[in-house]
Parts: sequence; structure tokens; C-alpha cells
Amino acid sequence: MFDPNLLFEQLFNGLQLGLLLFLLAAGLTLVFGIMDMMNLAHGSLYMLGAYVAAQITLWTGSFLLGVAVSLPVILLLGVCLEAGLLRPLYARGHLDQVLATFGMILFFNEFVRLVWGPEGIEVPLPDFLKGNIIIFDIPLPNYRLVVIGVGLLVALMMYLLVTRTRTGMLIRAGASNRDMVQALGIDINRVFTLVFGIGAALAALAGALAGPILAVTIGMGENILIQVLVVIVIGGIGSIRGAFVGAMLIGIIDILGRSFLDTFFKLFLPVNAAETAGPAVASMLIYILMAAVLFFKPQGLFPAKTG
Amino acid sequence: MGNRAQIIIVGTIFVGLGLVPLFAELTQTPFYLDLARRMMILAIGALSLNLIMGYGGLISFGHAAYIGIGAYVVGICAEHELVSGFIQWPLAIIVSGLFAIIFGLISLRTRGVYFIMITLALAQMMYFLGVSLDRYGGDDGLPLIERSNFGAVVDITNNVTLYFIVLGALVLSLLFCKRLINSRFGMVLQGTRSNETRMKTIGFPTLRYQLTAFVIAGMMAGFAGALLANHTDFINPDMMHWTRSGDLIIMVLLGGMGSLAGPVVGALAFILLEELLSGVTEYWQLIFGPFLILVVLFARGGLLGFFANKEQRDE
Amino acid sequence: MNEIVLEVNGLCKSFGGVLATDHLDLGVEQGSIHAVIGPNGAGKTTLINQLSGLLSSDDGKIQFNRSDITNLSAPARAKMGLARTFQITSVFGEFTALENVSLAVQAHDGHSFKFWHDARGDKFLTEPALEALTIVGLEERQSIKASLMSHGERRQLEIAMALATKPKMLLLDEPMAGMGPEESNRMVSILSQLKGKVTILLIEHDMGAVFSLADKITVLVYGGGIATGTPDQIRANPVVRSAYLGDEDLES
Repeated sequence: MFDPNLLFEQLFNGLQLGLLLFLLAAGLTLVFGIMDMMNLAHGSLYMLGAYVAAQITLWTGSFLLGVAVSLPVILLLGVCLEAGLLRPLYARGHLDQVLATFGMILFFNEFVRLVWGPEGIEVPLPDFLKGNIIIFDIPLPNYRLVVIGVGLLVALMMYLLVTRTRTGMLIRAGASNRDMVQALGIDINRVFTLVFGIGAALAALAGALAGPILAVTIGMGENILIQVLVVIVIGGIGSIRGAFVGAMLIGIIDILGRSFLDTFFKLFLPVNAAETAGPAVASMLIYILMAAVLFFKPQGLFPAKTG
Repeated sequence: MGNRAQIIIVGTIFVGLGLVPLFAELTQTPFYLDLARRMMILAIGALSLNLIMGYGGLISFGHAAYIGIGAYVVGICAEHELVSGFIQWPLAIIVSGLFAIIFGLISLRTRGVYFIMITLALAQMMYFLGVSLDRYGGDDGLPLIERSNFGAVVDITNNVTLYFIVLGALVLSLLFCKRLINSRFGMVLQGTRSNETRMKTIGFPTLRYQLTAFVIAGMMAGFAGALLANHTDFINPDMMHWTRSGDLIIMVLLGGMGSLAGPVVGALAFILLEELLSGVTEYWQLIFGPFLILVVLFARGGLLGFFANKEQRDE
Repeated sequence: MNEIVLEVNGLCKSFGGVLATDHLDLGVEQGSIHAVIGPNGAGKTTLINQLSGLLSSDDGKIQFNRSDITNLSAPARAKMGLARTFQITSVFGEFTALENVSLAVQAHDGHSFKFWHDARGDKFLTEPALEALTIVGLEERQSIKASLMSHGERRQLEIAMALATKPKMLLLDEPMAGMGPEESNRMVSILSQLKGKVTILLIEHDMGAVFSLADKITVLVYGGGIATGTPDQIRANPVVRSAYLGDEDLES
């Protein structure tokens, strides 16, 4: 009934999706937590990162170059957006932020359509990353391993940054109690720009890495944004640790659910019902999980806010 | 007073809406009938959102889900040969209400950023549910086999008849909102938006009132959904997509939050903008996006508020 | 007249490592004004938050009219007749003074699942509201939006809102905060008129007001009550003198 090989492979894929989600969630949870800002355009940064990386790869033939260039480009874009458009919105309510960033999404989606057309880009895998590694007799694509590796590396770096450096301490303090940080005389705007910049860079990295695996298309930002929001809600706003745990949970549960839920249902439901219910429930699984977590912990698993 | 300007504007809009079928007939362009009808249905949706958002202070990013639910109830009933509008429409309202209770109970335990994200996620979940229900069209959508049947009372297969039914529904919705906002319940809602802690220490258990408002708004949106299904003769998960919820929020904003008829003006402005801009260029959202940002940054109180303030400034 | 309306036993509350309320005992007699004084940081607002139900205590018992309300929610306590005002003015800015107080009346007039009738024209709400406004001297300002009122007027509005709920007991958190001498005097006269009719727990820094109004005073230092007694007893208490009141203050 349950093929152990398939299980292992999907577990692996879930891990990879989880780490991709983590890259996005880590930046966004800090924006929510420290800046108390509803930034819906985070998905657009991810999308632009993917497109820029893809384009550079197509032009130069080097995937590494594509990734390397998209990071600073999107970082710059993010910082400009923050300083120019988003700063006046901090004082406004969440509604204004939602609407303004929603307007940005519309703009960026249309912009991408104008420049690259509606079809999307196919990013060829670089040669040296093609192929599989065999673990336990199961072929695992090298590229996905690389994504996992990069994701874990970034997670480690974030951990060190947040717990070992002064900047990190400032970020944690800001997530926990923004007014206090300001009262201590620290220019909160610099912290905000830094946080937003980190988020933009991580989003670009995620987009660039996602290119060869997921599709580089318009609207890819929104699709993944919803999952990222679920991760943040479950993990707790402002918490990187929460983002990590939440991302792992969501990534693994989503992939495993889609692969195995109808098989699972067939154990006790008639085949027809199982085949309808399976995909339907699988697509709702992460939201059901979110509702369940919220029922017991309305602030998420590791809420950062104390003030 | 600013109120007078508002009444004039809204009155003019309704007179105009009443004349559209005549105009469409004279110019032989049924398109206008269609456009105006769609605008009114969306206006009902926006009115319901304004209840919880403008007056209640709850920014729900998942409101379009209830419109979709209402539409699907009508569509699914028709699929199963239950075509009586007398059953379909109340059912649409009740089912959306039930979903609103469940979603409300989950979402209202949270506030601020959490609340927005949860309403968004729950609504998107409904979208994915709709997409995965192959039995009812899935991604492709579900054609409405036949419009809701009201027997000898009224025949809404006639487009003009349906138009006036929708117009009547809009007027009723507006009146309903007016009474609700000014009632004791409405006072509690507004007070809770203004200062929730104070409400609790005066003695109001605020959660149950917010949940009730949430459900009323959901039911009203479900009603709009039933109308929408008959308007487009087609039901599709896209109706529940989170960007549709965004559209509703935009309409409320454009019209002016927390003003009674603002959503009507907002819906009109939104539809007109959409039509105008897409006539100008295929890439109209390139203009609409920044326009929205500008409105947010500079036009506080939306269009209706803009006119009201102007009057106050002129006095 | 010796019935204890509010009784507090062994109340404790910590925030992290800080003990904000330290095994506090308190008893407020019917119709009296019981003042709680103490230096800044003594935990006075924390105390009121626990008494009104906005903050849950770690330990201890709170009884109101002989019922244990320790675990009761804030709205439930308000419905029982325990009203409070806030140190930092907390009113409904967009509503007029009359609407503010009407809302308070409404809270105690059954449930509010009434969707049809106009609330602003409801005499059962506006008449008691106007009464309360008149007691605090705001009847001329009834149609003014709260956000447009002066600071002092808004403090008076807070009292009116609390009174409109026909409370058995008032918890007043520094009602005279930020007031000039004229406004303070007016507040003192309002409160002295309430004596005997409403039981009051008063937190205040204004020593003149405290000593002229209070029947009993409890001195709170670092979350614990170091002394309780009549104003004369407190004035004479050496522990209090050294911990809180400087000698010069006592002469006034």
C-alpha cells in the first residue's frame, strides 16, 4: 500500500519545499513582527528574483551568475520600495498597507507580463547540478539536495545572526517590543531598512533557486505567499525559529498529503469517494492544520511579541 | 453639510441605475445592462464587507469566499435539479452563514496582522476546495443549468427583470445596513472598533457581537453570490480567489470606509476604472496598481469622503 | 455600614522576575472611599487591572459582594456592578459625549442583539446618560465629539461613563491625572457627593484630594500593602513616613 521508496522521496521533497518556504517566511515574519507591516508584495520580490535569475541564466548560460546577480538587484529594489513607498505607510493602519502592497502586486504582475510575456520562462538546470545521488537505493535529484543545503546554511546563518550578533539582538528586541527599542534612542528606520533588505534578499534567493524546480510564471508569488502566511501564523509572528518549524511542518505535510492522502482514504472509503476527497482534503490540509494550531495557541507556536 | 453632498451623489447614482435598461435598449448595447448589473451585485458584496470592516474595524481579506459559496450553492442545487429560487436563495444565505460562523470562530481569536492573514488563508482554502471538486466543474467552473425559478412570482431568465431584482436587492441591502448601523447592535460594533478594552470594561462581551456581525456580513455576501450565479450563468472558483477579496476591499476604500453608501460609489468607481483602463491598454493594471497606491497615500476617506470634505471646506 | 463590598486576599502577580503585586490584602467598606497611594512603580495600575478583570492574578482571591470573582471575565464583572476608569483616558473618540455615556447605559440594559431601532433616539438610553453627564457637569457638552474635548473634560466623561452603569463600586485610576487646580477641585466635589451612595476605590497621587476624600488609605510599596488606616493614622505612621511621604508633605 505505502511504497517506502515513494515515502522517502516525498519526505525529501517536503523538506525541500519547507526550506524554500523558510527562506520566504524568515524575512516576512520579521517584517510583520518588527515593522508591524502587512507586506503582501513579498511574493512579488520572490517572483522578480526568479525572473531576473532566469533571464541572466539564459543570457550568460551560467545559473550561478543568475542567482548571484538577482540577489543584489532585488535587494536594491526592496530597499528603494521600503524607503520610498512603504515608509509613509508604517504609521497608517494595516488596511492601507494591505491595499498599497496589493496595488504593488498588480503592478509587478503586469510589468512582468509586459516584459517577459504571459508564458513564463523555463530555466534549464545547469549541467553540474543535473543527475541524482543514490541514497538507500533511491535516486534523489542533486539540485534538490543543493536547495536543501543552501536552505539549511541560511537557517544556520540566520540563527547565528539573530542570537550571536548585536544586530541580531536589535532585531529580536524590535520584534519583541518596538517602542522600547525606539525609547533606547536607536534609529528605528535603519533597523527597518535592514530587516526589509534581508527579507528581499532571502526572497530573491528563494525565487532564483525555485526557478528550475517550480515554474517561473506570473502569479507564482501569490501562490506561494499564501503558504508562507500560513507558515508565519503557525510559527508565530516575529519568530525565525517559528518560521523554521512552521515551514518544515507545512512543507512536509503538504507534500505528503498530496501524495498519500487518497491512498490513505482508500483504506476505509470507497474508491470513488477517496479519489474525490483525497485531493480536496489534501489541498485544504495546511489550512486545517493552521486552524488547529490557532485553536490552542492563537499567537502561534513561538510568538515573539511581549510588548 | 457633507451629508447633503453624499445623498445627492448616491441619489443620482440610483436614478442613473434605474435608467440603464432603457439606455441599453435605445442604444442596442446590452453590454451596459450587464456591466451595471455586475456593479450592483458587487456593491452588495462591498456593503456587507463595509459592515465588518468600515464599521467593525475587522479587515477581512477573505470576504469573496462567501460570495463564491452562495454562488456554488445555487449552482450545485441546479445540478441536482433543485431549481426553485425559494429554496436555493435562502439556502445560499444559510450555508454562507454557517461557514462564516466557523471561520469567524477561528479568526476572531486573533487580531491585527494575524486576523488578516487567517481570513486570507481560509478563503484561499475555499478556492482550492472549489478547484479540486471535479464533480462540480473544478478549475473549469460550473455552468448554471437554469436560472433560479420563482414560479409565477417573477421570471428572472429575462435579463431586464433580473436587473431590476438586483436593483431592488441593492436598495434593500442599503436600507438594511442603515438600520443595522444605527441600532444598538451597530453601536456595539462601532464602539468595539473604536476601543475594545473600554467596551469590555463597560460590560460588553465583545466577541459574540463581532462574530454576529461577521456572520451577518457573510450571509449578505452569500446572497450576493446567489445573484451573481444567475447573472453570469456560470460559477467558478475564481469568484473566491483572494484577489476578488482584494477587489472588495478596494471598493470599500474607494467609496470611503465607514460611510453607509460608500461601497456603492466604490463599486461604481471600480467597475468604471476597470472598463476605462482596459480600453486604454491591455496592461491596465500597470496603471491601476499605482493609482491604488496613490489613493491610499493621498485620498483618505475615499471618493465620498473627498466630496464631503470639499463641502465642509467650502462652507 | 460596615459591610465589606470588595475583599482582596493574598493577591499576587509577577511579570517575569518582577513581583508587581505582593500578597496584597484589602477590604473596602460599603459607601466609603478607600484610597490606595504609593510611589510610582508600586503596582497600583496592575492592581486595578486585576480587580477589573483585565489581568489575571497568579495567586489570591478577589471577592465582590461576597461572590468570588477571581476568575470572572471583565465584562462579567462590569455587569455585576464593578465599574472602572482608566489612568490614560480611554473613551470612544469618534462618538459624542452623550453617545459615549449612552453606550455605557446600553451595556447594562440587557443584551444588544437589537438590530432595528435607532439607538441614538432611544430615550431609555439617552435620559440616564444625560443624568450622568449632568452629575459631572458636562451636560452642555453632550453633543461634542469626545476627541475634540479637553483633557479634563474627557476625564469627567470617564467618570460619567462609569456612573451611567449604576455601579455598586467604582475603581478610579488617577482620575485627576493631568488636571489643573480648578478641574481637580471640581473632581473632588463630584467624588465627595458620591460618598455614601457608591463605594469607591481611589488611586491617586494628589495628596490633598486623597486626604480630604478618603475614609481609609492603604499605602502600597513594591506591590505590597505596608499600612492601612484612617488618614490620621497614616499621617502618623512612621513606616509610611519613611517609605513614602516626606515630612513636609504631612504638614499640608
